[in-house]
Amino acid sequence: MLQIIKMAWRDLGRNRRRSFFSALALGLGVSLLLLMAAVVEDEIRTGMATSIRLQSGHLQVRASSYDEDKASLAWSDLLEDPGGIAARLAALPQVSAASPRLYASGILALGDSSISVRVMGVDPAAATSAPFRESVVSGAMVGPEDREGVVIGQGLATRYSLATGDRLTVMVNTSNGDVDQQAFIVRGIYSTKTPAFDDVTVLMPLAKAQAITGAGNRASLVLIMLKDRDQADAVAAAIQGSGIRTHTWQSLNRLLTDTESLAQGFMIFLYLIILGITATVVVNTLVMAVFERTREIGILSALGMRRRQVMALFFAESALLALGGIAIGVVLGVLFVALFSAVGVPVRPGLNGVLIGERLRATLTLRDTLTLSVLALIVTLISALYPARMAARMEPVEALRGGKQA
Amino acid sequence: MEVARVENVTRSFKLGDVETHALRGVSLAIQDGEFTALVGPSGSGKTTLLQIIGCLDQPTSGRVYVGGSEVTRLGRDQRADLRRDKIGYVFQFFALIPTLTAYENIEMPLLLNNTPAGPRAARVKELLDTVGLASRGGHRPDQLSGGEQQRVAIARALAKRPAFILADEPTANLDTTNGQQVMDLMTRLNREGGVTFIFATHDPRVIGYARRVVTLRDGALVSDAAAGG
Repeated sequence: MLQIIKMAWRDLGRNRRRSFFSALALGLGVSLLLLMAAVVEDEIRTGMATSIRLQSGHLQVRASSYDEDKASLAWSDLLEDPGGIAARLAALPQVSAASPRLYASGILALGDSSISVRVMGVDPAAATSAPFRESVVSGAMVGPEDREGVVIGQGLATRYSLATGDRLTVMVNTSNGDVDQQAFIVRGIYSTKTPAFDDVTVLMPLAKAQAITGAGNRASLVLIMLKDRDQADAVAAAIQGSGIRTHTWQSLNRLLTDTESLAQGFMIFLYLIILGITATVVVNTLVMAVFERTREIGILSALGMRRRQVMALFFAESALLALGGIAIGVVLGVLFVALFSAVGVPVRPGLNGVLIGERLRATLTLRDTLTLSVLALIVTLISALYPARMAARMEPVEALRGGKQA
Repeated sequence: MEVARVENVTRSFKLGDVETHALRGVSLAIQDGEFTALVGPSGSGKTTLLQIIGCLDQPTSGRVYVGGSEVTRLGRDQRADLRRDKIGYVFQFFALIPTLTAYENIEMPLLLNNTPAGPRAARVKELLDTVGLASRGGHRPDQLSGGEQQRVAIARALAKRPAFILADEPTANLDTTNGQQVMDLMTRLNREGGVTFIFATHDPRVIGYARRVVTLRDGALVSDAAAGG
């Protein structure tokens, strides 16, 4: 076996340029796929991290009947005594922070235009609101007792030329099904670098949100941040009560987790197409090698090499080409990913409800690298079946004669 | 002892609509220790007969026996095993593997029959000595002269101690001196080592070395006579 590998290695060395370009074709394919996988991985990772940070938290406790899509405000759909629940949850050892939030759909009236927004009542001082406090770019965060202040996102501010101190009217749905409206002052502008969030979310103190929607002391949910997100299921199981329901970050971000599994299935499909194309280059190289070395195949079989051993020789060559190509691909892939991440590619959000950043970046994982490397090796070996069989099927006498004529 | 035998062997090839008969019913037995020349003009069937005795080709009809087995009944892999274990070849073109050194070329048949490393190395060294190339083992074929390459090919054919060695025009691509050296080597191996050789040639000087001369014409055996050697 060792001798066969040695022969295969030297055979590849006979036409170094051809071998190099075959390996390079595979390498380019692999590196491109690595980059794509890394971009998808990064989007899903940062999308998940952003969603957890701004929107879903690690866990949410809600009333059983609460419907997130409708931002329901009926008392029966809201959580009673959310402050008490949050305080009790915050005392759990696995929990790092917990605080209530109230969501309401609303409309910003600005002169002639009205803009559909989501009003989010938060405790401005809570640890769970830190991402908003830290992303204020102009003015300041509203205070807990502020009764006429709101903080709006950068996207909204830019599009409607709003600045700190400007006045606007907010109309919101209320618990009894009516619409209430009130004038507010823009206290500050925040930018989380997540357009899908910043463009639609208006922040106000929880107490004010409760007052304007007529929710009393109720809230849509209690948002919980954990010290370790892998504990979500365990903590969720521990929080039980009548009329309430606990949701984990996985179920809250179903769209992202579904997108991830869809993307992975799609990537495998894409891997196979691209690797199939690069494998034809390797097949072409080996087919040429079989033709060029017909006489040698005849000599080897005259020496008593069995068909399987002849096949093994060409498999060894394709395996060496594949390994070389994969090595090139991983090196180039790492470089591409590093370059891509350093620069970043600007994007606008395309997927509704998925919080992606302003720039695409890339994260290469060991899992993607290994999956792709193994797949590239397998696809190349499978394609080598054809030239290897072609070599092994030659009758020794035909092969020897072929060599004489050549 | 008989090492190989063909019985009423024919071989025809179809080239388009034309059928050519390379062999038309040849019977021949080779005994252990022979030094036999197959002679005849080009196209007389010498090479085809060697290939059939050597299990490289199958006859259209007739039977072939090598070392007691009926080759015509064997499968491809069994024929490969027979070539590996019983038969040595020396070709007109030197037929070395260009990527392997002289040493590795000689070693190849021993690797194929799984000779352990120790005896394998000893055998290759001994063979390099025998063919007078002890200092050239590390050279690739393109670094050797034609005569040296043919001597490596002979060493390779000898490596597994085959029942017989088939040589197809072994001197055709060599100058007189190198041709003579190769024939002297083959003769010495036959006389001193008892190695059986069957070689095809149409060179009268080479025929002169033979102790049995089998003549073919148009695919048929026309004479089989003892010779001086």
